[in-house]
Amino acid sequence: MLKMRVIPCLDVKDGRVVKGVNFIDLRDAGDPVEAAKAYDKAGADELCFLDITATHENRGTMFDVVRRTAEACFMPLTVGGGVRAIDDIRNLLLSGADKVAINSAAVSRRAFVKEAAEKFGSQCIVVSIDGKETAPGKFEVFTHGGRKETGIDAVEFAREVTALGAGEIMLTSMDRDGTGKGFNLALTRAVADAVSIPVIASGGVGTLDHLVEGIKEGHATAVLAASIFHFGTFTIAQAKAHMAKAGIPMRMAT
Amino acid sequence: MGKTVIIDYGSGNLHSAHKAFERAAAEAKLKEQIIVSAKPEVVAEADRIVLPGVGAFKDCRGGLMALDGMEEAMRAAVISKGRPFLGICVGMQLMATRGLEHETTKGLGWIAGDVKPIAPKDPALKIPHMGWNTITPTGQHALLDGIKTGDTGLNAYFVHSYHVECTLPEDVVATADYGGPVTAMIAYENMVGTQFHPEKSQALGLALIANFLRWKP
Repeated sequence: MLKMRVIPCLDVKDGRVVKGVNFIDLRDAGDPVEAAKAYDKAGADELCFLDITATHENRGTMFDVVRRTAEACFMPLTVGGGVRAIDDIRNLLLSGADKVAINSAAVSRRAFVKEAAEKFGSQCIVVSIDGKETAPGKFEVFTHGGRKETGIDAVEFAREVTALGAGEIMLTSMDRDGTGKGFNLALTRAVADAVSIPVIASGGVGTLDHLVEGIKEGHATAVLAASIFHFGTFTIAQAKAHMAKAGIPMRMAT
Repeated sequence: MGKTVIIDYGSGNLHSAHKAFERAAAEAKLKEQIIVSAKPEVVAEADRIVLPGVGAFKDCRGGLMALDGMEEAMRAAVISKGRPFLGICVGMQLMATRGLEHETTKGLGWIAGDVKPIAPKDPALKIPHMGWNTITPTGQHALLDGIKTGDTGLNAYFVHSYHVECTLPEDVVATADYGGPVTAMIAYENMVGTQFHPEKSQALGLALIANFLRWKP
């Protein structure tokens, strides 16, 4: 039976983890590779790096981070942030990423999703959607970290990128991100039920019940969280045990 | 010292495959040299051959054919000399007779079968089949030696929308359950293929790779 996935996500800026990872004694809590190794050992099902490096010149540092991670961790790695061109994808995949997440570039140019999927295969193209509930039952795509509205319907957009060849959707409830109040389940369910591809629920996780809800009520097949893991509020093992207890198929030991 | 070559034909995550094979060899204390190469003469001389592959069947087939003399070198080593061969994901699918993804493309034709879309009985199941799943052996195979399989066994990492439907059921070594059986592993004599990614499958993957490096078919 296919297991539901728990994915810790690390924000990386100029090759360093933003805010650090404090759940375990790391020699260097700011080194993404050290954090990746710790999560690998802790039983994470996949790992996600989000590159928030502001300048183009510093982007090269991410390739090195990805390369060193792929050398040490034999688990799937998704990298997102600033992916705008076919060459960005190629460089990340060649460095050792398994999947690449496209965010605003998919909004500004739909054809990019199609080109990417045709070039590298749907299996490695994740479209990252930042959604907000703008009115009850109305979900809109936002860009620029949730600051810029696009007027695009999130469910329609998810259908569209699926048809263009995306292999997976990473859906962030922007109205919940950082609040610890849980996913926007109506948004998650609306998108997950509208598409044939897997949906990763993200944004707002504060308790272990939120992870359960993302799968059971949001119909996602994976849940992504950052701070609850990085700050040591919960371990990956605790998250998985809690989800398994709720009747969700989980990969318990590697 | 044996030499294992991972074929570089522009497809797949060669870096992580390379590192996973090195790690598996080191952990199993096998003195195996792991090399990544696009040169037919290196493949022809190798003791073991690995064909990775991600993406679409047709693109991978095209990438392999674009390497002048590679297919002949693979045939010489695998078919004529009987060297152990491992195909991974699309690298496994290429072993089949035909790929039916988008259009019909001829495969290597080493194991009789077609590459077809997976069709889970439950329409709510997502495609691709993406994530960790257990595998159930349908026969015995040296590559699964010592690996705990079945419902309570170790998990393997899958990401695919197509699988090999073998003409001969005995060529299927293991299946995964995803709204019905999905072909997870196929084998014939000195050739074996895994639909899942051993290089991404942690404990199960490293054990299977070590078994491949020890395999004397």
